[in-house]
Amino acid sequence: MITVNGLTKRYARTLAVDHISFEVQKGQIVGFLGPNGAGKTTTMRILTCFLPPTDGTATVAGFDVIEQPMEVKRRIGYLPETPPLYPEMEVREYLSFVGKLKGMSGANLANRVVEVSERCAIADVSAKLLGKLSKGYRQRVGLAQAIIHNPDVLILDEPTAGLDPKQINDTRELIRSLAGDHTIILSTHILPEVEQTCEQVIIINKGKLVATDSVHNLQNRARGVEAILVEVEGRDGAIDSGVIKHRLETVPGVSRVVLKDHRNNQSIFEVESLKDRIIRGDLARAIVDSGWNLNELRPTAMSLEEIFLQLTGTVQQHEEPQAEVVAQGEKE
Amino acid sequence: MRNIWIICRKELQSYFVSPVAYLLLTMFAVIFGFFFWVSVMAFNNMGLESQMRGQSFPMSVNEYVIRPLLSNVSVIGLFFIPMITMRLFAEEKRTGTIELLATSPIRDMEIIIGKWLSAVILYATMLAFTAVNFAFLFRYGNPDWKPLAIGYLGLLLQAGGLLAIGTFISTLTKNQIIAGGATFGVCLLLWVLEWVAGLETATWAKVLAYLSVVTHFESFSKGVLDTKDAVFYVSVIFLGLFLTSRAMESLRWRS
Repeated sequence: MITVNGLTKRYARTLAVDHISFEVQKGQIVGFLGPNGAGKTTTMRILTCFLPPTDGTATVAGFDVIEQPMEVKRRIGYLPETPPLYPEMEVREYLSFVGKLKGMSGANLANRVVEVSERCAIADVSAKLLGKLSKGYRQRVGLAQAIIHNPDVLILDEPTAGLDPKQINDTRELIRSLAGDHTIILSTHILPEVEQTCEQVIIINKGKLVATDSVHNLQNRARGVEAILVEVEGRDGAIDSGVIKHRLETVPGVSRVVLKDHRNNQSIFEVESLKDRIIRGDLARAIVDSGWNLNELRPTAMSLEEIFLQLTGTVQQHEEPQAEVVAQGEKE
Repeated sequence: MRNIWIICRKELQSYFVSPVAYLLLTMFAVIFGFFFWVSVMAFNNMGLESQMRGQSFPMSVNEYVIRPLLSNVSVIGLFFIPMITMRLFAEEKRTGTIELLATSPIRDMEIIIGKWLSAVILYATMLAFTAVNFAFLFRYGNPDWKPLAIGYLGLLLQAGGLLAIGTFISTLTKNQIIAGGATFGVCLLLWVLEWVAGLETATWAKVLAYLSVVTHFESFSKGVLDTKDAVFYVSVIFLGLFLTSRAMESLRWRS
């Protein structure tokens, strides 16, 4: 449905999008993932024919965004980061205006306005002015606007940004219910959103494509790497965590060791293996042979968040990556 | 054509939903009314004077009331035009709604003409209200209606050109005040260029004076439809709309 090939966008000095290529199949929900400023919005703007690319090609439903923009625009519903609302218009009026812009008219349009209002749960405010709506309603009107002409492709730029948790859930459910009829690309920097709503993930960072795969595969890929939590205790009095760390790093098959916590005579580490290496036994032996107590040793599953951080390299330390990502989300 | 009308209707609606249209209509009607009253009073006094001197020369309402009045209105219009056009694109750029228009299956030119047309219609409405004043002239006097109609046509053409320039300037910024201020500056400049003709007779001065929108109104105010002047205004309209479409395109390449 969507094919992007070597897409590049250069602003005056910065390279916003750098040779990105990916493909999206019909009826899929794809999460477009990346930290702020990664080039998500720019890519979406190119796909919607708002911006021309500097280089490369993109086709939507078989139409090129540069050669046949009208055909592409007819088949696309787009929700920009801030919903494009006219504050002096009523909700109903606005939806019918957008419908007309997309080439609809008459009874067909009138029916569709009612249908879409119900689907997006905005029927109760249809006579209100857009300027007086709360953030949650504005977002849903934005979504209603995007699907009014029943487009093949939906492009949603951070559809849940700035909503409260309940609204976020409602919006995600709404988006999921739209899949099947529509091919959906949604951008976000909130990872659970991708895990919950999307089948496919495209991760970009600093304009470059980092990974593109199904959510399932990505999680599996991370499973090949073992992450193990070990708690080590000194037998007599305080221990030096640096020494233990150094010892653990020399165990064959270990890729990295991170100190998570240290108290007097106890240290907790997270140890990651190289791909496809089982290191639990070697780890245990190394600790016990060195004369320390092994209090705990358990594998921890890597969440998509950790994979993401690993791939984009935004956080060097592995500590509390979740807090980091959520904090980013709230800043917006 | 349909798309132009969709955009135009939306713009008209936002003029008339907000106080903008009513404010402009009222102000224009009051100021026009004042100038009308002044011209009629001056005409009356002139009539009395000539009677007292015992001279009777043919006094024409067209010559002494309508002509100076229309000339004044053409200048007053310059002050109103920035207020009409400043929001057209600046507002859409600020709120991000331009993204909706630009990603809809509708041509840039259709957006531009729709917006410009709505501005012209608003201005035409303002002019239409001034017709009330002339109703009195026709009731109590005997003016010729044809020069008046040509004068109105001239006002509309002149405003069309300036509104197109205002529309263009509005695409250059997100800030309505800047758009309004710049448009006002340009309108003022296009008016005062005419004064150069009184100071210099060199060719460059003639060219500058020719560019003045007010110079070209003279024939219209006399009730003469001069093709040369009509063509000038129409060219300004085309130039303004053309520049707007260029600006919109460059918006895409730059932003």
